[in-house]
Amino acid sequence: MKKIALVTLAILAAHATAFAQGRGRGGAPAPPQTAKAAAPIDVTGYWVSVVTEDWRYRMVTPAKGDYQGVPMTPEARKIADAWDPAKEEASGEVCKSYGAPAILRVPGRLHLTWQDDQTLRMDTDAGKQTRVFHFGNWKPASGGPHTIQGDSVAVWEGGGRGATDGAMKVTTTNLKAGFLRKNGVPYGEDTSLTEYYELIAMPDGAPLLVVTISTTDPMYLRQPFVITSQFKKEPTDAKWHPTDCSATW
Amino acid sequence: MTRKTIFVLALALAAAPAFAEIDLSGSWQAINHEDALERGAGPNPDDWAGLPFNESGRAKALSFSQSIISMPERTCWFQTQWHIAAGPFSLRMWAVPDPITGKVQAWMIGAWETRAPMTIWMDGRPHPSKNAPHDQTGFTTGVWNGNELIATTTHLKSGYIRRNGAASSDQATITTHFRRHGDLLTLTLIMDDPVYLTEPYILTRSYNLATNPVAIGGPPCIVGDEGVESGRVPHYLPGKNPFVDEMTKRYGIPPAAAMGGAETMYPEYREKIKAAFKRPEKCTINCG
Repeated sequence: MKKIALVTLAILAAHATAFAQGRGRGGAPAPPQTAKAAAPIDVTGYWVSVVTEDWRYRMVTPAKGDYQGVPMTPEARKIADAWDPAKEEASGEVCKSYGAPAILRVPGRLHLTWQDDQTLRMDTDAGKQTRVFHFGNWKPASGGPHTIQGDSVAVWEGGGRGATDGAMKVTTTNLKAGFLRKNGVPYGEDTSLTEYYELIAMPDGAPLLVVTISTTDPMYLRQPFVITSQFKKEPTDAKWHPTDCSATW
Repeated sequence: MTRKTIFVLALALAAAPAFAEIDLSGSWQAINHEDALERGAGPNPDDWAGLPFNESGRAKALSFSQSIISMPERTCWFQTQWHIAAGPFSLRMWAVPDPITGKVQAWMIGAWETRAPMTIWMDGRPHPSKNAPHDQTGFTTGVWNGNELIATTTHLKSGYIRRNGAASSDQATITTHFRRHGDLLTLTLIMDDPVYLTEPYILTRSYNLATNPVAIGGPPCIVGDEGVESGRVPHYLPGKNPFVDEMTKRYGIPPAAAMGGAETMYPEYREKIKAAFKRPEKCTINCG
């Protein structure tokens, strides 16, 4: 029986070492790693959209009433049917289709950088938007304002062990109402967003950033709206071309 | 070793984390929110925007007549492994263990119509010689990258990239990346074809884990005689394709964009077509 106990302890100890990330050996626990240091994948740099899907909805402005694929509620349809791009332009609310649920569908470039050890920042050239991904114990201010890009909390998932399967999971709330598509498909202020940022190796080894985006809106969507956008890495900012939001193009 | 010893050891092992591999088995309900028309009813004729064609790919697509699949030799042209990306179907995945060792020998993916289940060999076997026969199924091997399954398919027959005549050659390779996040599964499929593409073509698909079982497979594609006379190959000669402007007229998209090419995949292309694009006042067909 002693032997069994010893073998069991040895196996459990071996497993425990595999879990020992962030802990010192035989001493006081080491301070937790920062998000930057713990990143299982490197998503920083310049990235360009690769538009192979939903081309008609992304590269040009779709016609009024063209809602293919979006699980809209009847209420959403009513709102979208009343879409008037000229009115939108005149109202000055031209960034409605550049909010967090839609921004990665807008053809353009992303620039991802570490703002500090616990905060990743994403800038877009199309629409000149900025998203901020907070790691750690950061919490959005209760009752804070709703904004175009909302409040985003990020965590790392997976990765390590020599694998590149890690992902950045981002949850976004406190969004200002906007459009999922340029032609007025609406989302409301109670919308929440879950995204997974992952790196895939292309056949030539180059990284491809793939983002799975799940948008939940109790008001305007019958079920979560799930889409995926992909981006190729660019070596420099040479093609970075900031442009203003547009309600018509 | 006594029974008690085995039990304790098993308990200890069960407490261990899975160091690699994630369970992909189950029924996965397709989420067809993007490319809904392309994956559902089918794409508009001669719409190849966002496809990195070369001249050969474009010329072949322009010669395509839908009647070609009435030929016995081409009835199953639409059923290569790319169908998993371009079709609307849900998936059923299951692992096949080695009967002796219990290790996973292969992952199987079934359930999309007119296709036999796809086998992803996980036992390290090599791909066949380049001279080995090609078929619609091809030959697929898989490896784990942590919790990501990467499958590589070769030895395909010529098939389609988009269901409106855009073709892939028998030299194409498909790489499929499986990533699972709880009840959400995302596939990234990359088609690399030196014959018809200038750069890899990428599509993604997402699925929800379903409690209702997805059928393992539909009826297979069966070759039949549809009355096409022997030796006749339905096609359009250069400049004679009657559908070439159907999609561009419907959506106000400049004809050059519909002809595809790698530049149509990137943001700069928007500036190129901005002046020529005329947004239709209202959607009239396939509006969702």
